[in-house]
Amino acid sequence: MKRATEKTIEKLFFLSAFISGLITFSIFGFLLIPGLPLFSKGRFFSILTEPWVPHFGQFGIYPMITGTLAITLLTMLFAFPLSLGCATLINLENKSWFSALLRKTVEMMTGVPTVIYGFVGIFLLVPLVRNIFNIGSGMCVLSAALMLTLLVSPTMILLFCDSFTRVPHAYGDAVLAMGGTEVQKFLYVTLPNSWPGILVGVTLAFGRALGDTLIVLMIAGNAVQVPGALFDSARTLTSHIALVFAADYNSPEFQAIFTCAIVLYLFSSALAVAVRLIHDKRRIRV
Amino acid sequence: MKSKRLVIFFSVVIALSFGVGAFAGALETFIGETGEIRIAGGTAHIPVMKAAAIRIMSHNPDIHISIAGGGSGVGIKQVGEGLVDIGNSGRKAKRAEISRYGLRMFKWAVDGVGIVVNPANKVRSLSQEQVVAIFAGKITNWQEVDGEDRKINLYTRDEASGTRAVFWKKALNKGKIAKNANFVVSNGAMKAAVSQDPYAIGYVSVGHMDDSLAGVAFDGIQPTLENVQSGKYPIARGLYSNTRGEPVGLVKKFIDYLFTTEGQKIVAQKGFVPVK
Repeated sequence: MKRATEKTIEKLFFLSAFISGLITFSIFGFLLIPGLPLFSKGRFFSILTEPWVPHFGQFGIYPMITGTLAITLLTMLFAFPLSLGCATLINLENKSWFSALLRKTVEMMTGVPTVIYGFVGIFLLVPLVRNIFNIGSGMCVLSAALMLTLLVSPTMILLFCDSFTRVPHAYGDAVLAMGGTEVQKFLYVTLPNSWPGILVGVTLAFGRALGDTLIVLMIAGNAVQVPGALFDSARTLTSHIALVFAADYNSPEFQAIFTCAIVLYLFSSALAVAVRLIHDKRRIRV
Repeated sequence: MKSKRLVIFFSVVIALSFGVGAFAGALETFIGETGEIRIAGGTAHIPVMKAAAIRIMSHNPDIHISIAGGGSGVGIKQVGEGLVDIGNSGRKAKRAEISRYGLRMFKWAVDGVGIVVNPANKVRSLSQEQVVAIFAGKITNWQEVDGEDRKINLYTRDEASGTRAVFWKKALNKGKIAKNANFVVSNGAMKAAVSQDPYAIGYVSVGHMDDSLAGVAFDGIQPTLENVQSGKYPIARGLYSNTRGEPVGLVKKFIDYLFTTEGQKIVAQKGFVPVK
């Protein structure tokens, strides 16, 4: 009797896993089919490398790909050290009121809607960047990356903290027993043993920065150009989709945004696979 | 004596009801109606749509009106697909759009598109040639047009914008817009951007202009309501509300309301030129 229920439940779980897998693949199919005319004409790769000048019949998304990468990479450059520092502080000062407060604040920040960050960005950060550096409008790669740092850091900090606490206590106790300090314990035992968790945090944050739309739409400036400097206005793939979405269904503009979607999908799938591989590796190690 | 008092009483009642009737006027037709009107599209239209909706909904709370932006392209597309009841656009629908969706257009106001700068900027007048050169990225410093020695920050709207379409056609003569121009997604966002940035130049619906922006004379003509009305100011367009097929029921009443004296008064109050 018990076996039978177990089997049904097993089948139910398999079914739900199968359905969610199917949905992911059908989304890819949904993106591919309308984008198909682009593949058949061999235009897919030219779209990846051309500029975007609709009035001259060029619908390339190269500026958007570079804009996305510039903003995302800069975000990670800011967010990684910040997050690692915060997580370390929370971990080292484990029992103090300060680390508890920091952790609570970070936890709260994960729930802030992105539109709030966008708003703060437009009315506080953009004028600040414009007035301090005196170059351009302040709507630029730098402003967007700074605001995205605020968005992705909380996730990273919490994941880092979790991976620190997952290192077996006995290891740390051994260091202390041999006369090591808390700092030595952290640097030589905790940190090296939690790198898979750190990597997972980085990949997830990267994916979040890559996929965010509202913040970059509001403060990156959205100019269709390959950004050449921190203070250049840039457009990301996500905001490009949001801006062009209103175009006519049958227009080449609209077809081109399917290419954007496919590129984004491939980027984030690659990230998901990377996270999975890291996870599997860790399971074998520990 | 008593009958005289009664007569006075009744005449007062009658006079009052007439008075109230004249006051409520155009809103009378909404009595007894229930339901929802979904509106989306052009962002220039929003102030008028909001004012009309507030009056109708406070007169009859059984009617619910929702208003969204998105731009003219979104308005036409969504009403065509049946996602909304009224799709607003700041340009005429294209012939292909009209025939594909069976659109009906209602032009209830004329609106100018004014070139704007930050109030801190001294520049208050530009010729068409200068405007074209600035937006094409050929003039990049305010000094070249008698302003400060600072880089010009360009602001433009996305491709779905009717405001952009009219500005591009009538002010820029379908000329190029420089690649480094910043894109904003609504008239409101344009206002926010230009009022924040002292070295900005952009364009908004004249109905959205206020003290936070400074209008720039175009070929010597100020972008004011009077100049748009007289036809002197060249960068002007109609504001349209579109429906799929002939409007019926509540939607028809809403559109009719925009054309009543009261509706047109709202249009004028919000800074647009009434059509009646």
